[in-house]
Amino acid sequence: MTPPAASRELIVNAPTRPNDYTAYPDASGRFGDYGGRYVPETLMPLVHELDAAYRAAKADPAFQAELDSFLTHYVGRPSPLYLASRLTDHFGGAKIYFKREELNHTGSHKINNCMGQILLARRMGKTRIIAETGAGQHGVASATVCARFGLPCIVYMGAVDVERQKPNVFRMNLLGARVEAVTSGSATLKDAMNEALRDWVTNVHDTYYLIGTAAGMHPYPEMVRDFQSVIGRETRDQMLAMEGRLPDAVVACVGGGSNAIGIFHPFLNDESVKLIGIEAAGEGMDTGRHAAAINGGRPGVLHGNMTYLLQDRAGQITEAHSISAGLDYPGIGPEHSWLHDVGRASYLTATDNESLEAFKLCAQLEGILPAIETAHALARIGDIARDVGKGGIIVLNLSGRGDKDVGTVAAHLGMQI
Amino acid sequence: MTKARIDARFAALKAEGRAAFVTYVMAGDPDAATALEIVRGLPGAGADIIELGFPFSDPLAEGPPIQRAAQRALAKGMTLQGVLDLARAFREGDADTPVILMGYTNPLLTWGYEAFARDAAAAGIDGMIVVDCPPEEAEPLADALDAAGLSLIRLATPTTDDARLPVVIRRTSGFVYYVSVAGVTGVKSADAAAVAPHVERVRKASGLPVAVGFGIKTPENAAAIARVADGVVVGSALVDEVAEALELNEDVTGRVLSKVNSLAKAVRLARRSLTAV
Ligand SMILES: Cc1ncc(COP(=O)(O)O)c(C=O)c1O
Repeated sequence: MTPPAASRELIVNAPTRPNDYTAYPDASGRFGDYGGRYVPETLMPLVHELDAAYRAAKADPAFQAELDSFLTHYVGRPSPLYLASRLTDHFGGAKIYFKREELNHTGSHKINNCMGQILLARRMGKTRIIAETGAGQHGVASATVCARFGLPCIVYMGAVDVERQKPNVFRMNLLGARVEAVTSGSATLKDAMNEALRDWVTNVHDTYYLIGTAAGMHPYPEMVRDFQSVIGRETRDQMLAMEGRLPDAVVACVGGGSNAIGIFHPFLNDESVKLIGIEAAGEGMDTGRHAAAINGGRPGVLHGNMTYLLQDRAGQITEAHSISAGLDYPGIGPEHSWLHDVGRASYLTATDNESLEAFKLCAQLEGILPAIETAHALARIGDIARDVGKGGIIVLNLSGRGDKDVGTVAAHLGMQI
Repeated sequence: MTKARIDARFAALKAEGRAAFVTYVMAGDPDAATALEIVRGLPGAGADIIELGFPFSDPLAEGPPIQRAAQRALAKGMTLQGVLDLARAFREGDADTPVILMGYTNPLLTWGYEAFARDAAAAGIDGMIVVDCPPEEAEPLADALDAAGLSLIRLATPTTDDARLPVVIRRTSGFVYYVSVAGVTGVKSADAAAVAPHVERVRKASGLPVAVGFGIKTPENAAAIARVADGVVVGSALVDEVAEALELNEDVTGRVLSKVNSLAKAVRLARRSLTAV
């Protein structure tokens, strides 16, 4: 009696392309077969409470106005759309634009989501904030908004990541947050998320769990997407103003998928716009040491949602491997799984080495140190620019700045700093 | 069989006027052979119902003891197939003690709910607790278990209010597992006085026996819960014995079973001492 390699439940309904891609998730938190709320019973009432609170906030113009005001005056939005002309010339294909999310306060797109969720937590009367972090960018953004609103903040971070993202650990401490190094499992982002969920299950009355990416149980994938969609809305307006038309392709790196879905979402119904996510191929897809859930995984359930996951034949989650702590996660947000299955977005990969090369190229040609996460998207931008061709336009979501990564990059280049 | 075995056991214990002692051990911890030896010894040591954990890499409702037990089992190569083999081997020598599997969704999903429910029933399993599959997501699982005649045992918790309780107990059979504390396994300790009204509430709403678990570690604690609930579940405290025996290089089976013995005595005597008071 050997178990079948894949279950019947996993043979998903033949994916159909919807009339309106933005009509998801449904009321039960599903994007097609993906998403849902696979959490312990203790958390279920809290998840429902959060869902109701988010729906009410979403419908409340005062909430939106408050968020907009903070995004303008505190985060520094809108972020510029910038024509990277030297990189464009270098590749000799389509025009390459950068959406400059690295210029946001705290240096990445993560603050967009944190701002939205902290205002929601306050509306809900929560007095203690917990978060998970990989690269530390979400941890820093969470610590920042907690400092701004005077709320205690505990950030769970894998012990491996604490080591490779030390500058961000120090920043979090300076901002008043407590960083809990997580040693269980692979001691990276997935384990930090396990530990944050264990905290939430234990502190059900006062605690708000500020998830940093468009993954986890409903309503997080929808909520984080909504808060990050400001990226795509601005990009659309800026592109129409600068070029008088929509871009041919929009490109972003994908960890859990929040910066990608944020820039993709306002373009979902513009089918002329190709949407391309870049997963981390680590040491190479053929080595098995990567973090590419869609390209190297299959559907399963982890952290509250059904989605593509890295796992073995028996359904045990396997460790992800990436030079980038922010992409070092065995899953991906459920909306990406669905966009992949229905064919609306495509997902490519970039290795550690390709990303390091792209990191250097971007620094040297554009004077911008990108986050090592973002460098994964940059690693494919030349191919995409050539594919789209001269006369075309592509936009890359420059999701974060690379100051936090100089130590990692130096180490890989065999240098001491 | 299956559902019938759980119902028969609770009916018999009710007639005896005592609570069921439910023991949780992790299949494959510290290895497949020792785990089988432990499970075979449980009824003799006083266990009335056996919960058999199946290991998952990311057990998000477990505290450190059961997390580590799962890691030990996985490191020794335990699989769902191995868990069924263990159950079948146990069942060959024990036709009456209910065996319930407890774990997480993804390994089951990988096997396929329907196929797994059939294979589990054939191996002599009586019911399933799937920690991260709440009622909102459990319809396909519940259908598969129904078709195979297995009980789906749901968790009710301190956050399950009266409005939610009917949702939780719908499609539940065998018994309801009341989680005594908001938290992960093996950390906070259960307070019998706080738990009692909830047990009554869940019993009334479900018409089923209610077993209480999460945070019961000592004989005194077990006895206190046995006075107010229909079953007492102990897990982390047994798994801790495995860890300690390994650390001290002692006989693992002996240590676990002697702990089971002392807890079982406390559960058996709990209501007698109550009438004696
Ligand atoms: C700069 C940057 N980009 C991308 C990511 C990946 O996350 P996501 O896929 O949610 O955008 C991270 C995560 O830490 C990040 O810091």
